[in-house]
Amino acid sequence: MSGRDTISAAIRSAVAQGEPALVAFMTAGYPGREKFREHLQAVAAGADVVEIGVPFTDPMADGVTIQRSSHAALAQGVSLRWIFSELEAMQRVEAPLLLMSYLNPLLAFGIARLADTAARAGVSGFIVPDLPLDESAELQAALDARQIALVQMVTPVTKPERMQQLCAGSQGFVYAVTMTGTTGKNVAVPAEVIGYLDRVRELAAVPVCAGFGIRSREQVELLKGHVDGVVVGSALVEVLERGENATEWLRQLRTPRVTARAR
Amino acid sequence: MTAFASGLDGPRLLADSIAGKFPDSHGRFGPFGGRYVPETLIPALERLEHGVREHLHARDFQAAFTRELKTWVGRPTALTFAGRLSERWGAKVYLKREDLAHTGAHKINNAIGQALLAKRIGAKRIVAETGAGQHGVASAAACARLGLPCTVYMGAVDMERQAPNVGRMRLLGAEVVPVTTGDRTLRAAIDESLRAWVSDPLDTYYLIGSAVGPHPYPYLVRELQAVIGREARAQMIEATGALPDAVMACVGGGSNSIGAFHAFVPDAAVEIIGIEAGGRGAGLGDNSATLSFGRPGVLHGSFSMLLQDEDGQIQETHSVSAGLDYPGVGPEHSLLHAAGRVEYQAVTDAEALDALKACSESEGILPAIESSHALFGASRWAAANKGRTILVCLSGRGDKDMPTLQSTLLAAEGK
Repeated sequence: MSGRDTISAAIRSAVAQGEPALVAFMTAGYPGREKFREHLQAVAAGADVVEIGVPFTDPMADGVTIQRSSHAALAQGVSLRWIFSELEAMQRVEAPLLLMSYLNPLLAFGIARLADTAARAGVSGFIVPDLPLDESAELQAALDARQIALVQMVTPVTKPERMQQLCAGSQGFVYAVTMTGTTGKNVAVPAEVIGYLDRVRELAAVPVCAGFGIRSREQVELLKGHVDGVVVGSALVEVLERGENATEWLRQLRTPRVTARAR
Repeated sequence: MTAFASGLDGPRLLADSIAGKFPDSHGRFGPFGGRYVPETLIPALERLEHGVREHLHARDFQAAFTRELKTWVGRPTALTFAGRLSERWGAKVYLKREDLAHTGAHKINNAIGQALLAKRIGAKRIVAETGAGQHGVASAAACARLGLPCTVYMGAVDMERQAPNVGRMRLLGAEVVPVTTGDRTLRAAIDESLRAWVSDPLDTYYLIGSAVGPHPYPYLVRELQAVIGREARAQMIEATGALPDAVMACVGGGSNSIGAFHAFVPDAAVEIIGIEAGGRGAGLGDNSATLSFGRPGVLHGSFSMLLQDEDGQIQETHSVSAGLDYPGVGPEHSLLHAAGRVEYQAVTDAEALDALKACSESEGILPAIESSHALFGASRWAAANKGRTILVCLSGRGDKDMPTLQSTLLAAEGK
C-alpha cells in the first residue's frame, strides 16, 4: 500500500469498528527533545494516525498552546532535519505518520529532496497550513512522485465551488476545520457545524476528519456519524506537557461510556 | 518557485514590471509574492481582490481618496531643498516631506485609502499591526474619520520604545493590544493580527501597514503610496527643471520606498537606492537588512526575501528604529532587487542617528529614525556624487522617537 493509502485505510478501519478515527497531533520534541521517540510511541499507541508538528517561529494558524510548544521545541534545537533523523533511527510505529509544517521550513529543506527523505523516514503525508491549493503544485508534484499525501483543509467559510476542488484535491483525508480561528480553543458543536461537516463528507472521496478545538469525549460523541475521524492537537500537547499518559487520554476520548442502562 | 535561484532574467523582469505586468494573475511580481495563507483567509482575500478590482481605480473611489488626501491628510506634501545639508554633504539634497502629512508620516496615505476600501466592501471592524506606532496612529485616525472600530496589535517592546504613539492611538479611539508572544516587535504584531483576522475573516478587515502580505496587499499598498513618487517627480521637475540623479528611501517592509520609487522605475537615468536597517552590523540577528543579507522564503503570506536560518526559521532582527525592525520585505522590492533596478544598501544604527542629528541641526527638521537611514544613505551617495542632485523620501517625523533619542543621542551628549 502506498504511503498515502495507509492514511485513508487506517481511518476507515477505525470507522469500521464503529468509532471515529483519532488523528493525534504532537509538536516534535515537546516537551523534551530527548523524549520524542517515547512520546511518539505513546501517542501512536492511542491514535490511528499521528501528525508530527514541525516547529516554526511564526505559526500564524495556531493558538497559544502550539505557539508555546513550537517555540520551546525550537529553543531545544528541533528542526525538520532532526525529526527525519529521529524517525529513521527509531522503530516504526504502526500508525501512519504525517508531518504538519508551515511552508518555509519545507522550502529551506528543499522541495526536491523532501519527498525521498520523508519516504525513507516512514512519513505518509503532509499538512501545510499556509499553503493553499492554488500555490501547492510544486510540492504536490514532488510528493506525488513518492505517493505521499498532501492533505487539504476546508473551513466553514469556504465557498461551495472551492469546497469541491479542495475535497477532490485532498489526499489521505480532508481536514475539515471546525471553526474560523486558530487552534486550541474549545469549540461547541452546534447544528451548523454538523451540517457543514455533512456537506464536506458528501463531496469527499477520502475520509473527512474534523479538527481545531476538539478536546473532549463529549465533542467526539457529537461528531460521531458526521465525520470519519477527529483531530486532537492542543489538548494532547497539554496532556504531554503535564506529563500525563497520552495513550490513556487518547483512548478515553472514544471509549463508549459505560452507563447504568448499558449494564 | 524554488527553481528561481537558478537564474532570473533581470532585464526581462524589469521590462515586464515597467509594462505593468506585475502583479500577474497569480498575484506575483516575477517569482515573488503569491498568497500563502490558511484556507480560512481565502474568502476574505478573494473578496478584497474583487473589491480592489472594482473600486480602487473607479472614479468615485479615486475622488473620495483624493479629497481625503487633499483636505484631511494635507497633500501634496512639500518638496524642500535642504540647503545647509547640501552644503555639508556636497550634493543637492531635496526632501520629500512625508513628515508633514497628517499624523506625521506617509502611513496615513495607505491607512485612509484602505479604510475607504474596507467600508466599500462591507467590513465591520478594522485590525491593524504597528511597529513604530505610525501605522497604528494612522489607522486609528482613518477609522475615527470613517466611523470604524479599530484594534491595533503592537509588540510589547515597541510599546515601550514608541510610548507617545500608544497614547495617541488610544486618544483616537483605537484599542491597543500588547503582543507578548514571539519577538514582541512588528513581526509578532503581524502574526497576532493575522490570528485575529482568521478568527473573524468576513467582518474584520486587516489593514496591513506595509507593502507586504498576501496578494493583493503588496499591490494595493503600492498603489495607495505611489502618490509620494508621483508628486515628488513633478515637484522635482518644477523646482529644478529635471529629474533627480538619484532617489533614496528607507526600506523596512517597504511602503514609503515603493511609493517613492514607483514613478521613477521607468526613468532609466535615475538611480534608485533603498536603505535597509544595518543595525549593529552584518551578523545574523544584528540587523533588519533583508535584501542585503536574506534568502527567499515564505512569511506572512508571500514569497519574498527573508532573514532566516538554514532550517527556514525566521530570525530575530535588530534595528534602533521600530519601523524597520522586520525580517521580511515586500515582494515588489525583491523583484526590483532581482531585476537590478534598485540597489539596496544597509545603514547602521549609529549612522542613522548621525544623520538624524545633522538634519535636525542643519534644516530644523527632526526626522524619524527610519527616515534618517535614508538621510545617511544620501550623505554617503553625495560624497561620491559631488554637485549632483538627490531626492530623499523623508518618510516621517521624529517626535515619536523621543524615548529612544533620550537614551541614545541625548544621553551621549549629557542632555
